[in-house]
Amino acid sequence: MDNLAGQKSSLSVVTNLAVIFLVVIWLVPTVGLLVSSFRERDQISETGWWASLFPVEAAVRMRPSASGASMDGDYGVLRGNLFDGETGSVSAFGLTGRDPGAAQVGETYARYEVTVTEDGELDDERIEIAYPSDEEPQFPETTEDGLPITPGSAILQRSLTVASNGDFTYIDKGEITRAPSIYVVTKQPPDFGLQNYRQILTSDGMDRAFINTLTVTVPATVIPILIAAFAAYALAWMEFPGRGWLVAAVVGLLVVPLQLALVPMLTLHNKLGIGQSFLGIWLAHTGFGLPLAVYLLRNYMIGLPRDIIESAKVDGATDFQVFTRIVLPLSFPALASFAIFQFLWTWNDLLVAKVFLPSGSDSWVMTVKIADDLLGSRGGDWGILAAAAFVSIAVPLLVFFLMQKYLVRGLLAGSVK
Amino acid sequence: MSPILQGVLTIIIGVGGCLAYFYGSNLVLDRVVFPARNDDQGRNIRRATMVRPWLFLLPAILALGLYLVYPVVGSFIRSLYDRSGSNFVGLGNYLEMFQESGFRVAVFNNFLWILFVPAASTFFGLLVAQLTDRLSWGAIAKSLIFMPMAISFVGASLIWKFVYAGDPAIGIINAIGAYFGAAPVDPLQIPFWNNFFIMIIMVWMQTGFAMVILSAALRGIPEETIEAAIIDGANPFQLFFKIKVPQIAGTIAVVWTTITFLTLKVFDIVYTMTGGNFDTDILPSYMMDYMFRDDGRATAVAFVIMVIVTPVMIYNIRQARKDV
Repeated sequence: MDNLAGQKSSLSVVTNLAVIFLVVIWLVPTVGLLVSSFRERDQISETGWWASLFPVEAAVRMRPSASGASMDGDYGVLRGNLFDGETGSVSAFGLTGRDPGAAQVGETYARYEVTVTEDGELDDERIEIAYPSDEEPQFPETTEDGLPITPGSAILQRSLTVASNGDFTYIDKGEITRAPSIYVVTKQPPDFGLQNYRQILTSDGMDRAFINTLTVTVPATVIPILIAAFAAYALAWMEFPGRGWLVAAVVGLLVVPLQLALVPMLTLHNKLGIGQSFLGIWLAHTGFGLPLAVYLLRNYMIGLPRDIIESAKVDGATDFQVFTRIVLPLSFPALASFAIFQFLWTWNDLLVAKVFLPSGSDSWVMTVKIADDLLGSRGGDWGILAAAAFVSIAVPLLVFFLMQKYLVRGLLAGSVK
Repeated sequence: MSPILQGVLTIIIGVGGCLAYFYGSNLVLDRVVFPARNDDQGRNIRRATMVRPWLFLLPAILALGLYLVYPVVGSFIRSLYDRSGSNFVGLGNYLEMFQESGFRVAVFNNFLWILFVPAASTFFGLLVAQLTDRLSWGAIAKSLIFMPMAISFVGASLIWKFVYAGDPAIGIINAIGAYFGAAPVDPLQIPFWNNFFIMIIMVWMQTGFAMVILSAALRGIPEETIEAAIIDGANPFQLFFKIKVPQIAGTIAVVWTTITFLTLKVFDIVYTMTGGNFDTDILPSYMMDYMFRDDGRATAVAFVIMVIVTPVMIYNIRQARKDV
């Protein structure tokens, strides 16, 4: 069809651009999650993930060692470099966490005690001012609250000067014995690491949830395949009255909403003593997965060449032998398709796990862990949430990209006659 | 016992048990019940052939009957009883529910979902299928758009929380808004439209499914019809809408209904994104509000969902009867 007339190259440029646009739109959310999962918490709250490759301006608290402090009259003086030999760049600094960037580089930030007049009485107040380092401090006429300051009453309490390379001078009334708290706004290089993953997998219990998910998934995938394969063979290649009705019933059951089964089956499980348990969820997933399994496998098996099966029967093979020796091996693509479906479905399931598994944290699967625990307790900790989400989607994505061929085949077998 | 060990044991017992059942029951049938001995060999083989299908089918019929057929009846009966399960209230649960504004909101939203999600997914799926049809890197593009299908609804919701977050340093939508000077908003709290923001997640996930199937259908269109149309001077748009789309209408209908059914099952997205707050509940998430608290109400909601899917279920069964 490529060489047909009427297909202009301008159209193909538009097509390419449109597809690129759609693919980007489709990928952006996932990329955001992936990038965020590797970012450090402070950086996530400062800039969006799309800016994660650029340095981040963030305020940090530093506590340079008090050793090396000297006395100058009544004041202790501490000089040094905040980066301690490493390179860095300061853009602003301050003395309180409330206002960590109160003064710009090149200024001195100082706290003074001043005398103010309040309701006709004299009172002491503290003010903080920033002024160019090479000039004398200029005091305002009133405090922030509007109280008039008595000129000339200012007594220095504490001051800080920081240069952009991290050299600082810290002056405090009295001897400096403890490491002072200095807040600086610095440009930090992009910081990617595995710390979020380390935390969720070691201290947040995601490792346990991962194992639980795996424990639910594998039997819930293997057992229905086996049961469905035999049933599909009977429905495809064995003659018996009522076959047509059974096939129709399977098709009907394909669309029965799962929600119907929750209450009655949980009640039944409780009566039988299975209760909320792994055994219960394996049985439930087996039941819920069967209609699709039988339907897909029967559609596939009925398309196998009749000659092979009939000649085997003529040669004296029983149905059991025909099934195990011929039909099962030939049906491998359909078995693989369904296995992938069922694996993805059980791995990703939240509803069945919430209902049929015990509600204690010991048996949380990853989806329950994220939806019921992490989103509540760590709702604002985006790095942790991203890492947890990525741990839970990594295996399905791997299966998806490795087995895409079978997945597509299965979808086509299920939907197109 | 650790869950892993339990799991391994289950696989061994489950798989081994299934195999032993199928192998053993066939063996018993052939050797003990109807042995193919000389005296009445023919009759016995015939009788064994009549029984064997049911041996093959038994486990599947049991599981299907127990987990899918019985619950339809069981749920309906349970929905006629009150919360405790001991007092018969007739249709009381339904009547009470219909008068509740929360239920009406959920039904309304659910119809929005059924209308919007399949339509948008099918539209985008068809668009991508057609655009990538002759593209050299079409396979890669399709694979990337198909990818969200593998992700759990919970994972997808988290992914989209990063898109919608109100903080412009996290949510890309608010970051773009902030760039143009808009004040940060939480899209999930905007009445009515928040439903669509949540539905977009589902569309994002289902477009790949629609694309895969429609792409195969487009490939299956006989080339003569397309060539004839081009020779007759059809432009690419006429070619697509008047020649191709009518020929794959049946497949479009299948994709549409499949996504509709899926939409009726999904509670995870609403549950994770808003927990049903801000008037975003749909029937499946509304049901989970009552699960474990009021089983009478929960089963009543489930049965309403069942009633909604019944017409299509009957249609499907009719089609299947025709094929057999």
